[in-house]
Amino acid sequence: MKTAVIVFPGSNCDRDAQVALKQSFGSDPIMVWHGDAEMPDVDLIIVPGGFSYGDYLRSGAMAAHSPIMREVVAQANRGVKVLGICNGFQILTEAGLLPGALMRNADLKFVCRDVHLRVERNDTVFSSHYTQNSAIRIPIAHHDGNYFADENTLRRLSGDNLIAFRYCDEKGEITDASNPNGSLYNIAGIYNENLNVLGMMPHPERLIDPSLGGTDGLPMFQGLVESLAA
Amino acid sequence: MKARIHVMLKNGVLDPQGKAVQHALGSLGFDGVNEVRQGKIIELDLDETDEKAAHEAVEQMCKNLLANTVIENYAIELRD
Repeated sequence: MKTAVIVFPGSNCDRDAQVALKQSFGSDPIMVWHGDAEMPDVDLIIVPGGFSYGDYLRSGAMAAHSPIMREVVAQANRGVKVLGICNGFQILTEAGLLPGALMRNADLKFVCRDVHLRVERNDTVFSSHYTQNSAIRIPIAHHDGNYFADENTLRRLSGDNLIAFRYCDEKGEITDASNPNGSLYNIAGIYNENLNVLGMMPHPERLIDPSLGGTDGLPMFQGLVESLAA
Repeated sequence: MKARIHVMLKNGVLDPQGKAVQHALGSLGFDGVNEVRQGKIIELDLDETDEKAAHEAVEQMCKNLLANTVIENYAIELRD
């Protein structure tokens, strides 16, 4: 199985993603520079967190038009699994792989802490090692994580069961108090229609080892290993 | 030609920065400000001299990069 991590100027979670992939897949991912127009065929691409291009214009806007993103979009459209984390989620929405937009947090503050997420479905390649409706603890660290989409899009996401994770309290209840950034429907992550692209603001790659304070991110990678091997 | 593009959040999209500015104006004693909406102005210096062609080009730039039409509207002003 081959995996890749895209590296933009300003990415800062690319190494975390690299370690998470190496530990779970047992081999190093290919690290692909943003200026590359081509990339070998892989099974999984991570678009990592950070501040690509300094968040100039809008978070993810410049990165979405970098040469490598054309290749990422092409591979995603062929069914390759793509995971966009934090800035990676912003980039995937700007690139049109996922609907909606990530706006400035409602309270205007950069939020850096652990939050709870409810696993909305556990029948995807990303979520098969989680329990449906369970609350998992994953860190967030962002200024622009306030998910917005128009009413029709929200209805479609909800109706087609494309919401991956929602911010919740530790018991799994979806409450206003557990929404860290003002996201509509407490949305923390969404899938595309084919369920091969997942974008999420929280950082599963940061909690894959007990020495990092928890392992609630690990099942995502274990699920990917299992389903990509199948 | 020169182009000036106004990029604003769409009506109905919450603008927390505008709200914060409105609150700050109130605390400075500027009463009677009912709403503040904050946006961006982007200025371009273009080779193009034909107004229609320039407008079409800038329109494409807005759609492709300068504005995110999920959340933002844009308005284009052109001058020589």
